[in-house]
Amino acid sequence: MSTKDLKFTEKHEWANVNGNIATFGITDYAQHQFGDIVFIELPTMGKSFSKGAACANIESVKAVADMYAPVSGEVTEVNSSLENAPEQINKEPYGAGWVCKVKMADAAELDSLMDESAYENYVKSVEEK
Amino acid sequence: MRYLPLTETEREEMRKTIGIKETKELFSDIPKDKSYFSLADLPAALSESELLDKFKEIGRKNIFPGFLSFLGAGAYQHFIPELVNFLSNKSEFLTPYTPYQPEVSQGSLQGMFEYQTMMAQLTGMDIANSSLYDGGTAAAEGIVLALKKSKKQHILIAGNIHPEYIEIMQTYIKYLDYKMDLVPFDPQSGKLKLAELEGKIDQDTAGFIFQSPNFFGVVEEGKQISTMLHSKNSYSIQIVTEALSLAFLVPPGENDVDLVVGEAQSFGLPLGFGGPYLGFIAAKSEFLRQMPGRFVGQTLDSKGNRGYVLTLSTREQHIKRERATSNICTNEAWCAFRAGIYLATMGKKGLQSIAKTNHLNTAYFVKEVSKLNNVKVKYQKDYYNEVVLEVQNGKTDDFLNKLEAKKILAGIPLHWFYPDQKNTILVNFTEIHRKKDIDQLVQAIGEIK
Amino acid sequence: MNKQLPELMFLKSRDGKEGCSLSAPEIADDLCVLAADKLRKDIADFPQLSEVEIVRHYTNLAHLNHSVDAGFYPLGSCTMKYNPKINEKIANQPEWNAHPYSPIHLVQGNLEIMKSLEELLMKITAMAAFTLTPAAGAHGELTGLRVIRDYLTAKGDARKIVLIPDSAHGTNPASSVLCGYQTKEIPSNENGILEGETLKKHLDKDVAALMITNPNTLGIFEKNIVEIARILHENGSLLYMDGANMNAFMGIAKPGDLGADVIHLNLHKTFATPHGGGGPGSGPVGVAKDLVKFLPVPIITHEGKEYKVRYHNESGSNRVKNFYGNFLVIIRALVYLLELGKENIRQVAEDAVLNANYIRKKLEPYLDLPYKSKSLHEVIFSDKGLTVKTLDIAKRILDYGMHPFTIYFPLIVHGAMMIEPTETESKETLDQFIDIMIKILDEAKKDPAFVQGAPYSTPVTRLDEVMAAKQLILRWKPAATKTN
Repeated sequence: MSTKDLKFTEKHEWANVNGNIATFGITDYAQHQFGDIVFIELPTMGKSFSKGAACANIESVKAVADMYAPVSGEVTEVNSSLENAPEQINKEPYGAGWVCKVKMADAAELDSLMDESAYENYVKSVEEK
Repeated sequence: MRYLPLTETEREEMRKTIGIKETKELFSDIPKDKSYFSLADLPAALSESELLDKFKEIGRKNIFPGFLSFLGAGAYQHFIPELVNFLSNKSEFLTPYTPYQPEVSQGSLQGMFEYQTMMAQLTGMDIANSSLYDGGTAAAEGIVLALKKSKKQHILIAGNIHPEYIEIMQTYIKYLDYKMDLVPFDPQSGKLKLAELEGKIDQDTAGFIFQSPNFFGVVEEGKQISTMLHSKNSYSIQIVTEALSLAFLVPPGENDVDLVVGEAQSFGLPLGFGGPYLGFIAAKSEFLRQMPGRFVGQTLDSKGNRGYVLTLSTREQHIKRERATSNICTNEAWCAFRAGIYLATMGKKGLQSIAKTNHLNTAYFVKEVSKLNNVKVKYQKDYYNEVVLEVQNGKTDDFLNKLEAKKILAGIPLHWFYPDQKNTILVNFTEIHRKKDIDQLVQAIGEIK
Repeated sequence: MNKQLPELMFLKSRDGKEGCSLSAPEIADDLCVLAADKLRKDIADFPQLSEVEIVRHYTNLAHLNHSVDAGFYPLGSCTMKYNPKINEKIANQPEWNAHPYSPIHLVQGNLEIMKSLEELLMKITAMAAFTLTPAAGAHGELTGLRVIRDYLTAKGDARKIVLIPDSAHGTNPASSVLCGYQTKEIPSNENGILEGETLKKHLDKDVAALMITNPNTLGIFEKNIVEIARILHENGSLLYMDGANMNAFMGIAKPGDLGADVIHLNLHKTFATPHGGGGPGSGPVGVAKDLVKFLPVPIITHEGKEYKVRYHNESGSNRVKNFYGNFLVIIRALVYLLELGKENIRQVAEDAVLNANYIRKKLEPYLDLPYKSKSLHEVIFSDKGLTVKTLDIAKRILDYGMHPFTIYFPLIVHGAMMIEPTETESKETLDQFIDIMIKILDEAKKDPAFVQGAPYSTPVTRLDEVMAAKQLILRWKPAATKTN
């Protein structure tokens, strides 16, 4: 799946916007850091999150971390296939590994996110540390 | 010195390799005025025979051996088959580290997997972990787990739980943002007042923790308690201090309890003056990801052969750090492994048999002692292995002293825990006691004026 | 010797097999006072095995385990030293095996054992008093933090924050949070240690304590410790010293002299009690004079020759463990210290540190050393420049009959390999280990895939941890029958 239209966060999440619905997931860099993902605690349908709030929890064999909402919104759909196949996040972090969809509360929040090249530069700077 | 294999020649060689003249140089970062202090006030080294002599001398100051004891209250004397000592003391079980390199730890890991299975079977729950420190801290971990999982702030605890367990739970909750309330028991029956429990459960109540058999040895109404709590969206948490009771009484799982915590010292661990013992926690599978302690899981190796590993480590402190539900790291692994050996040795029929004997011995005592009129059994209904004995004339200390003079430790004075209960003692019976021991106790009691 | 996993005991179970020998019941069943609905009907699928099968089962399980008695265990931060056998003999004697609620005049010997260990630990550490009740290091940390919090609260100066270095063991932040504190991470400098100036920057009136391990988890002595203690005390904060690495300077320096207000020790590390595959341990907590009255019950005191026990505190019960603590672990530590005596106690740390530095010197040409400061009892290398992962090297070491070092801890070193030989290893073992490491690093250069596939000669090969975490088979269950 093409990543050129995605928006990215400093915590390595991505958002894909379609009308007023945003799909969230974690980036390839993040899935690589996790290693094999074995479990994800998906958000509840209908729950609202503010931008930056923890909306899902991901566990691999060696790490556990929250996924933070790139923008505020109300959860309209969750990727329940991840319950039995969490490894999809590793295999297709931008495709079948999507986590949830939200109805955006404020589309203007997208402006503070990074575009693809800004994110790639950001990842480079993190790896150099 | 036999535990220091380096010879002086070797030390010299090593210093040369490192490039120093004296070993002291390696400690140069330690402030000079605070290092290499005088050792004069430390004792002189003892040889092996001197050690044995010294400890023989200390041992003579323990004069309890040879006494007939009926002490219980959370630590129980049981017969430990020799096989349990023989197998558990093998150095391959006693001296390895935590099985973080599973390929060379399959012995420990499979043994723990089998132990986890047996504990789940005995409690009737879905899963059990591979140990906590003891019953008291297990109870504390249990309520913290219930509070964290439910995201509520209020916990109810039964007033007839072992007082030390209550103390420990209070210590654990002290600096966390939770509220704890006590539910009283009925002094007539020794059991919980269920109507009062109902009144105390509110929307913010994570759960209720109770002990059954309770501190007085009386079996509580587990099923009713669970039903009541579930109807109000709260967890039912049971403490078991005499793990053997699980083989005789309806198990917590069948009473729809959500979390079982307690003490498994009865499974092959000596009294040992209080430790090491064996805390346990068993639960419905929904608690798995927040449960404290370690878990052994089954898997395959690269050749497709069965093997075991520590799993779900992401719950633990070394990964979750400040977000861990518990800080436990080193636990009571060898004790759990040994308990597994005990359970395998006793087997289903052995466990059922002695669990029954514990009760029948208690019932026999109650029957015989009821013929005396200087004592009275306080709670005559629904006891399992312990009874509260009321001394009719005079105080318990005097009563116990007279029995102690006959080399009988008849029970534990309850005023140790409840200062106003000046005339009751807690008496425990296990399969260690033969009929003649119980008769001896009854006779000795009868002789007290 | 059978090096295959035995079948699970549940599969060997047959109805009617007996593993124990019980006396005939003496009391009739009809004396039972409990109603039938309170009684258990069966323990479904619980094993029934003969004694012979049980012995075979566990003997074969034993063959699958590596242990300190069998070989080297250079696990950094774990102090896997030899467990003396005389300790086992004495600890297992029946003289100590009293019920913990025995009247204290009948168990003066047991009380003397506990008080004697406490007094020896006080001399070794310069702390004013100890509680022997905590069951492990982490348990001790939580207990020690609570003592700090009780002390500050009683002073009317309850503070909210505990500072913890980035190199700390995970139990440190976990324990702090369980005591209701917030934690703030404080960075170590490029030499791996904490600086007074950095501490000052992170310090304010809300800091209750700094938790520091000394030497730290890099094996480096925190040489600014005295200044750090002073800065803290001037700020009304306390110094908690995690004593997990006490093997580095026991008998050479005392934490109390360095300014520690609270410390914990690990008897199952420094004091040679057996690890047992993960416990039991014991984590005594020592405190400075002003904090003594906040130690948890029970408190053992001398009155002349008589030992007494106090079960209540004026500040309310702060009990952390049932009964007295892990008594049978405590007695082993006492035997150990009495055997060492003043003549040998210093040699322990000197040899431990000499051994670690010898390994460091020999492996330095082959591995990246991220921190060049002096190592004490353990040395850390990183995986920089290697063609394989630290994990792969660790697994290949298993093929050579040794246990590998601690891997991936502390987190501040990439691919950390933390090596702590301890003083109970001979030079021959150290040389063997060094040779094995050099060999493996050479193998990794010539044929990385081979090293990545290790281990080859262990009872099982590399295990699928991902499968374990996904399948979550945490107990045996009978195969589903047609009715399930």
